[in-house]
Amino acid sequence: MRKPPAWRGPVLVLVALAAIFAVAPRLYSNESVLFTMMTFMALAQGLNLLYGFTGYLPFGYVGFFGTGAYATSLLVTFTSLPVIAAVLLGGLAAVVVGLILGPLFRLSGPYFSIANLAASQIIYNVVANEALKPITGGPYGIKIEHVYAPTASYVTMLAILLAATALAAYFRRSRFGLGLRAMHQDPISASLAGVDIVRERLIAWLASAAIAGLAGGAYAWNLSVFYPEAVFTLQISVFAIVFALFGGVGTVIGPLLGAALLYAFYAGIGVSAPQYFELLYGLLIVLLVLFLPNGLASLLTRRKVDVL
Amino acid sequence: MSSEPLLRLENVGKRFGGMTVLHEQSFSLAPGEILGLVGPNGSGKTTTINVISGVHPADEGRVLFEGREIQGLPIFRIARLGINRSFQVPKCFRGMRVRENVEVAATFARRGAADIEAILAETGLASHADDIAGSLTVNQQKMLDLARALATNPRLLLVDEIGAGLNPAELGGIATLLKGLAARGIALIVVEHLLDFLNRVTDRVIVLGAGRMLFEGSLAAASKDPDVVAAFIGG
Repeated sequence: MRKPPAWRGPVLVLVALAAIFAVAPRLYSNESVLFTMMTFMALAQGLNLLYGFTGYLPFGYVGFFGTGAYATSLLVTFTSLPVIAAVLLGGLAAVVVGLILGPLFRLSGPYFSIANLAASQIIYNVVANEALKPITGGPYGIKIEHVYAPTASYVTMLAILLAATALAAYFRRSRFGLGLRAMHQDPISASLAGVDIVRERLIAWLASAAIAGLAGGAYAWNLSVFYPEAVFTLQISVFAIVFALFGGVGTVIGPLLGAALLYAFYAGIGVSAPQYFELLYGLLIVLLVLFLPNGLASLLTRRKVDVL
Repeated sequence: MSSEPLLRLENVGKRFGGMTVLHEQSFSLAPGEILGLVGPNGSGKTTTINVISGVHPADEGRVLFEGREIQGLPIFRIARLGINRSFQVPKCFRGMRVRENVEVAATFARRGAADIEAILAETGLASHADDIAGSLTVNQQKMLDLARALATNPRLLLVDEIGAGLNPAELGGIATLLKGLAARGIALIVVEHLLDFLNRVTDRVIVLGAGRMLFEGSLAAASKDPDVVAAFIGG
């Protein structure tokens, strides 16, 4: 039997994602829930680009998200750029922060994660500083309600989600991704195989940062009025990590499934019955760690299914 | 024809913290030559190949490959120049298939096309090509390390204790393989405790003791050298 072309799986996933989120607002009236679900899917996928393919866990991933949100909002406030350009520059701002934080890769394991967490808190404390009130609004937040456009921001977030997924598919199936997988397993042997691990790791890190920054920009556009805590809360990092792990990192569909299922669960009972939500959520995570440490996607890989 | 050796070490030293583990090592190697490195545990054999392969850069002296200084270059650049190695404790990509392990090196080394199937056959791994590397025995993983190194089309191959744990028939196979590689012009440095095995594959050995070069010459002559005897059995 002839092997299907390598691009077929990724294209099918992208088309399915685009179709689902294009149609969903007609079937489900609470567009805000759909928007936030896409945000977390994009963040889980963006985090997957780094953690799933290199093994570096960025606890402070929210720092890029908040950077994108504030960079976009400040550009909208202080320039006459179109909002979509401000969102793109929000992604670029996160990339710049990623470059500045590049030396963190001298650390590994939990040291990297904690240093990254500290870096995100530094950005938060700078942005939320009372002294910067004339610029960032300090602890009182920022308003860009004059550009509020729920549909345009929804479409933008969908585009970011598709971009994150296309990048994950590229990482999964390309020569570049082969080098990342080798580096993840053994950096010294990967180097001996000729992989420039510093360059590959930096590219994965910046791609991951860009997705969070873009998502932050689109999120700010959708919210249009927000406090710094809304885009710098550690809960965003934790959700992105748990969602990605639940679905299965290192795959394309895992983080999408994990974020969609767990966020739907959160939106379903997390607000109406938070006490049951906390209990069930904790239970789900314990069960995951015990029985499916490689996430939902491993249900298929264990059966030798070639999961995208 | 150039008289420049393929590899030359000039007064190479290496320290870990306050401890000097290599003192002023100087030797050279010609294309197609097999050099044995022997010595008691902790004598600096593996450190020597770590220094040459860039895993632990030299603190002193120069390492020249084809006349070019390579100390301080990142590992991947040294690999792309044509130096590769295997490990005493194999370091393959355990979660990837055997063929993928070799493909990574063939893809990234940028040293011309490598015949992956031929390399797998040569290292006895053809029937395991689709197995997950972590499921192989330790000896098979050592061969996979070697296969990964060969896929980079090396000019210098550093082999670290590949014979440990092998039976005589397997050792015979490895000896034939290494000699075949040398006959193709690949220079080899073989670190080994198994002196019979070394005797079959090398013309020249360097004996190390406490990071110093004690002897350079044939293995037969080494066994009569008083410094070598003292390093191995005390005195």
